[in-house]
Amino acid sequence: MNYNWNWGVLLEEQYLNWLISGFGWTVSVALCAWCIAIVIGALVGVGKTVPNKIISTACAVYVEIFRNVPLLVQMFIWYFAVPEMLPDDWGRWMKRDMPNPEFVTAVVALGLYTASRIAEQVRAGIETVPPGLSAAATAHGHSLAQTYRYVLLPISFRMIVPPLTSEFLTVFKNSSLALTIGLLELTAQSQQIAEYTFQGFEAFTAATVIYVFIALVATLLMQVVEKYARIPGYVDAKD
Amino acid sequence: MSDFDFSVIWSSLPFLWQGLQLSLWLTFLAIIGGIVIGTLLALARLSGIKPLAFVAATYVNLIRSVPLILVIFWFYFLVPLALGRPIGGFYSALIAFVLFEAAYYSEIMRAGIQSVRRGQVHAGQSTGLNYWQIQRYVVLPQAFRNMVPILVTQGIILFQDTSLVFVVSLRDFMTASSIVARTEGRLVEMYLFAAVVYFIICFSGSMFVRSLKSRMAT
Repeated sequence: MNYNWNWGVLLEEQYLNWLISGFGWTVSVALCAWCIAIVIGALVGVGKTVPNKIISTACAVYVEIFRNVPLLVQMFIWYFAVPEMLPDDWGRWMKRDMPNPEFVTAVVALGLYTASRIAEQVRAGIETVPPGLSAAATAHGHSLAQTYRYVLLPISFRMIVPPLTSEFLTVFKNSSLALTIGLLELTAQSQQIAEYTFQGFEAFTAATVIYVFIALVATLLMQVVEKYARIPGYVDAKD
Repeated sequence: MSDFDFSVIWSSLPFLWQGLQLSLWLTFLAIIGGIVIGTLLALARLSGIKPLAFVAATYVNLIRSVPLILVIFWFYFLVPLALGRPIGGFYSALIAFVLFEAAYYSEIMRAGIQSVRRGQVHAGQSTGLNYWQIQRYVVLPQAFRNMVPILVTQGIILFQDTSLVFVVSLRDFMTASSIVARTEGRLVEMYLFAAVVYFIICFSGSMFVRSLKSRMAT
């Protein structure tokens, strides 16, 4: 293996700035997409469980569509196809005047995709709440909305925190797909450094280390959340 | 939207089919390779040999914390360098996928192996089987069977992931669709068509998993 090592390349101002800006984009895309995903995922997940055929079917269709099409295809559809399919004025606005088109598209695509995965967790969470509890709520004269608001959601949201941790890590990894529509996030920047300097080893190592760092921080963060969300004495109550 | 052109899809079908074949072939080989290496990693982690378990765990956790695209870039860069000669995009991609998916498969197999009751291992030992025989004839077959639905689900995810070879221009179904989309100027048609094809394949796959699960539950 013939290779000229040069770790110093990572500290040259230009390339260091590329890495920092890539890190910034990765984190911003992931966090913004996560916010969209949590809100829509919670709504769709709850929607799948309500006793209303139309709503639950619509939510199930949402989940199946977004889960069974690769994120890359979804990214391209949002970026290339949607502006063509909208009324002319809107399409033109999306192509010409929308600020940060790559960033916005990546956030929307990643957010809606992740929402379908979160929706499944939320649904599973609601279904693990023992049926006796919602029956008890009904017996107390709670309406359906009240049953969700005061019984089902508070319990299920706290129980699904551990599986959400891995979704939270995944959203950072999936944000790398934004490079396919031209957003220079971390992976793209490391690839660009490799191309400019021929120091692929150093460039990819830097990106890998930063991703591992992100994963560690995200895991620690979620552990804190997990600690606060844990329901005392509820761990064995599943059965 | 009014001028949706089906003819472009129709006329490019042979080209797209070639791409789809590459996607399916890559998926198939990566599933096999991923399960084999993943099982070895899982055995290493559960072997009780500290250094071995440590190395396997580090590998799995490292791979699982980086994006697949970065792993693909890594191997496109590393494989020709390590071998001293280029071996073509397909094999570089295949190696990247096998080693990447192995980390995910190893977590599944680890859960599978742990789902086999300890008594089975003890029974194997008392009949005089050695470690490898116990794994080969007692533990792994059961672990495998318990995990089939999850292994298939991971296979569906892997099939979706193969679309990422787009980043190195390997001509799979996604790249083929994108080539047609650009040369014909038919982005809407081609990307929606790609979405429909992926959807049909993956949705059938998840239906299959659902029927497997209900069959196993009874």
